[in-house]
Amino acid sequence: MRKTLAVASKELRQILRDRRSLLILLFVPAFFLLLYGYALNFDIRNVTLAVQDKDRSTKSRELVSSFVNSGYFSLVGYVDSPAELDRLVDLGRVRTILSIPADFERDLSVRKPVVVQVIIDGDNANTASTVSGYARTLIGEYSSAQMKVLMTVPGSRLPVPVVTVEPRIWYNPQLRSTLFLVPGLIAYISMITAVVSTALSVVREKERGTMEQVRMAPLSPLPYIIGKTMPYFVISFVSAILVILSAMLLFELPMRGSWLLLCIAIGLFLIGAQAQGLLISTIAETQQVAFQVALLSSLLPTMILSGFIFPITSMPIVVQWITHVVPARYFLVALRSIVLKGADITAFWQELVALAIFASVALGLASLRLWREWA
Amino acid sequence: MTNIPPHDLESASQGPRLAIDVRGLTRRFGAFVAVDDLSFSVEQGEIFGFLGANGAGKSTTIRMLCGLLKPTSGTALVGGIDVSRDPEGVKRAIGYMSQKFSLYEALTVDQNIEFFGGIYGLAGARFAERRKFVLEMAGLHGREDTLTRDLPGGWRQRLALGCAILHEPRIVFLDEPTGGVDPLSRRRFWDLIGDLSHRGVTVLVTTHYLDEAEHCHRIAIIQAGKLAALGTATELKQVFSSRPILEIHASQPVQAMSILDNNPNVEKTSLFGTSVHAVLKSASLDPSVLAQALRAEGIEVSSIGAVTPSLEDVFLDVVERVGAA
Repeated sequence: MRKTLAVASKELRQILRDRRSLLILLFVPAFFLLLYGYALNFDIRNVTLAVQDKDRSTKSRELVSSFVNSGYFSLVGYVDSPAELDRLVDLGRVRTILSIPADFERDLSVRKPVVVQVIIDGDNANTASTVSGYARTLIGEYSSAQMKVLMTVPGSRLPVPVVTVEPRIWYNPQLRSTLFLVPGLIAYISMITAVVSTALSVVREKERGTMEQVRMAPLSPLPYIIGKTMPYFVISFVSAILVILSAMLLFELPMRGSWLLLCIAIGLFLIGAQAQGLLISTIAETQQVAFQVALLSSLLPTMILSGFIFPITSMPIVVQWITHVVPARYFLVALRSIVLKGADITAFWQELVALAIFASVALGLASLRLWREWA
Repeated sequence: MTNIPPHDLESASQGPRLAIDVRGLTRRFGAFVAVDDLSFSVEQGEIFGFLGANGAGKSTTIRMLCGLLKPTSGTALVGGIDVSRDPEGVKRAIGYMSQKFSLYEALTVDQNIEFFGGIYGLAGARFAERRKFVLEMAGLHGREDTLTRDLPGGWRQRLALGCAILHEPRIVFLDEPTGGVDPLSRRRFWDLIGDLSHRGVTVLVTTHYLDEAEHCHRIAIIQAGKLAALGTATELKQVFSSRPILEIHASQPVQAMSILDNNPNVEKTSLFGTSVHAVLKSASLDPSVLAQALRAEGIEVSSIGAVTPSLEDVFLDVVERVGAA
């Protein structure tokens, strides 16, 4: 124990001496959150819209204003000639065209089905499908509103009852993608920081030759590894909390659950990440190699295989198996459950156990590796 | 130069008489035999020089003796402890310092001492006493808060030695401890090694500076993993007792060498700075015969005479003989 503390206080002093690295470890993660948080936004607002209104009636103007008032579209202008429409889309001035046929109002009043045309620029498939969804919803709402109006007309027959869906989205009613993405970003940023910081720590001693000196001492690998990791753990933990606080301040991330559970989840996640860094550190021979391996092994799986951006359930089954060794996968479930849902531990205890297993296995492998090398 | 605490003298008389006892030590890496059936012993308090070219097997031997590397066969007792059976016990008993003076450069002198004290399990009054001893020995009083990277080489070297002997080991391994240090600091360092030896500490030291090796009580020369020579410096120089060495200052040393190599009285020649050393085949030859032979070829000879063999002569001789065999 005393030896562990000797290693820990030595490591802490080295870190404190290197102010620049310390500041990078503490604050750059929060800065990253800021950058990614504003850039990674799947919501679409103010889609440019041009209208070709061949009817020029009260009803057609009602439909247009329902588009504009939704907040999703911003009206660029009315256009008459098809050539002019083509030009606007080609130039990228508008992404969407709403085309209302002549006799729109008259057909509606005699209950004849009307078709309006929505043209969407498909250069970005994601945006196009989102915009198409918005347009369908708006037109559907408009159409049912019209039906209600017609029902009140005396002498009209009652329309066939229509089954309508009333969707209700829990936890994130406005479906803001930031609320979904920010927990992922927190996992992503914390993972990279934690893995890289410890990955460099052991290799640095190998490179400078101090490792050889330490090996000569009656010090077994476990106290050495634990001692070296402790200071980085504290720093990564503080840094992760800073990231979460910034997310709450800047992206209105809620905190509906228990701080204690959150800290436990962060702690387990970080220990695993740092153990992964240590394992890399015991294998790599130079800081450069360690840095690259640490970056790749933390960045890619956390980005792609954790459910941060792509849902795990829609991955091929083999890839789904692989996601089981990505700690961020479990951390994300726990984090989203705590901050977004305010769930208690029964909802995500398996994830915490998985994180603990990952941490123990990685820490065990790192000590074994070091022990092999030292013995 | 430093005060010797009385208990250090007492501890020297304890334990086995042989500090290091190596029998048939062998280490293979695949088909390559790095250390080949090595046997020697070092007495308590002895300064034992371990010489050899790079790749001769010095480092591998030291690593085995320090408990870092398991021998393929043979035994090595260090401080009476079998290195294969109890490497951790060996680590507790020895101190080790390498040519890199492996200190933490971003830490102060005191913080380095604290760290190494910590991982050797020193604490409380014992640590305070040892810290004081090391600061005194290394002449680092008043420099406790200096960053190690700001210390001159010689000071760093003494601090590294201090950190290696904090836990009062009775056996110390020094692996090329004087590399990259000025002559004055080297001299001072060898004084410290002498002090350690007086206190009964056994020192096994490797070096490439053969003049330094003269400080050793006994010297082992190892070549291709085998023990090539072992003895005191004087004993080793006996190989030249029947073969005097002439030192020749001539106008064209390289040409002079090839002329001498073809002379039937000369065994071999080597270049020493601007002079040529020629090993003669018998003690009865008159040096002036060789001088005449050189002058006959148009080479000016400013001086020629017998010299006492240096360890460098011995080293080259041993290495060449083993290499030829």
